[in-house]
Amino acid sequence: MVKSENTAARASNAKVMNRTDLTRRLVAKLKGEEAVVAGIGNTNFDLWAAGHRPQNFYMLGSMGLAFPIALGVALAQPQRRVVALEGDGSLLMQLGCLSTIAMLAPANLSLIVMDNSVYQITGGQATPAASSTDLVAVAQGCGLAGSTWASDEEDFERLVEAALSAKAPFLIAARIDGEPAAATTHRDPVQIRERFMRGIGARH
Amino acid sequence: MSSIEEHSSGDAWDAIALRALKANDVKLIAYVPDRVLATLIESLHADSFFTCFPTAREEEAIGIVSGAWMGGTLGAVLMQTSGFATLANVLASLVLPYQLPIVMLVSERGTLGEFNSGQALVCRTMRPVLDSLAIEHHTITRLDELEFIADRSIKQAVATQAPVALIFSPLLTGGKVFKA
Repeated sequence: MVKSENTAARASNAKVMNRTDLTRRLVAKLKGEEAVVAGIGNTNFDLWAAGHRPQNFYMLGSMGLAFPIALGVALAQPQRRVVALEGDGSLLMQLGCLSTIAMLAPANLSLIVMDNSVYQITGGQATPAASSTDLVAVAQGCGLAGSTWASDEEDFERLVEAALSAKAPFLIAARIDGEPAAATTHRDPVQIRERFMRGIGARH
Repeated sequence: MSSIEEHSSGDAWDAIALRALKANDVKLIAYVPDRVLATLIESLHADSFFTCFPTAREEEAIGIVSGAWMGGTLGAVLMQTSGFATLANVLASLVLPYQLPIVMLVSERGTLGEFNSGQALVCRTMRPVLDSLAIEHHTITRLDELEFIADRSIKQAVATQAPVALIFSPLLTGGKVFKA
């Protein structure tokens, strides 16, 4: 039986942090116009908990597609910074998108994965990657040079600042604990989509 | 464009399809390759109007064009029948509930001379999935109907904020045949 705590052999010197806290630190670094796309479950719940912004998009299904959706927004609006927030289990479902992002290399896309090595929302079962796979190494191998683990909260903030002005996408990975999200997103997909489109100026 | 007759341009199916995409401002094209679609994909790459690129998986492509639409750019996903078979979850949990106009161009495998039994049964799942989700779909068999169906369907997708699947039959494209 694999323990449900973060047992990742990789990034062994990275501090185990808290998703709610890191998400709030991320939002505090935004200037206002950045789009943020957050993946299914706790990832978008904590984005909601950090204070709703009209430039936020919350996924209710389609596990694994936060990075592809954010890539689409970034391609459609090259002048706008787009931040994608994803969970490790979700990213594991769609690793191929890292190659697509590396191939297209949109200068305005920033990628963050919250890695607790478990499927937290379904009861904390370990992911198949938990004991053997380094997602940062995967991202680097896909061509996202500069991908890195955040060693602690200050390092996370420094990396976010760097990502927000970077000229090429890279993955920031954060080891996180098993705490649940601080709130639950209001689940109204049409309202989420319409608000997001107005928030990023695609509709008036 | 009011009648099928007006679309008798003499062009091949891939040129007509490209024209319909361009006429409707479908700028972002994400695809997982298909032998039958190869000439269309090549033409899309060669035309600077389009941003055209491959993805690792069809549902990834749907995610990308979903994001692009929300950012203000209409997109299409090119795939073959087996690729469509991977899409039920993303259609039911993203495209439909969020009301996103996604254009799907599907090269139909598994019928009219299919040589690969791995394709034949997958093909049987496609229309039941589309029907179960109440997704608009048309199977295009005739060259003279292609532009009308494609043009009207893309316009309807945008106007109704709903996906559409255009299935390119071997009757239209010639399909892929076994070469011994």
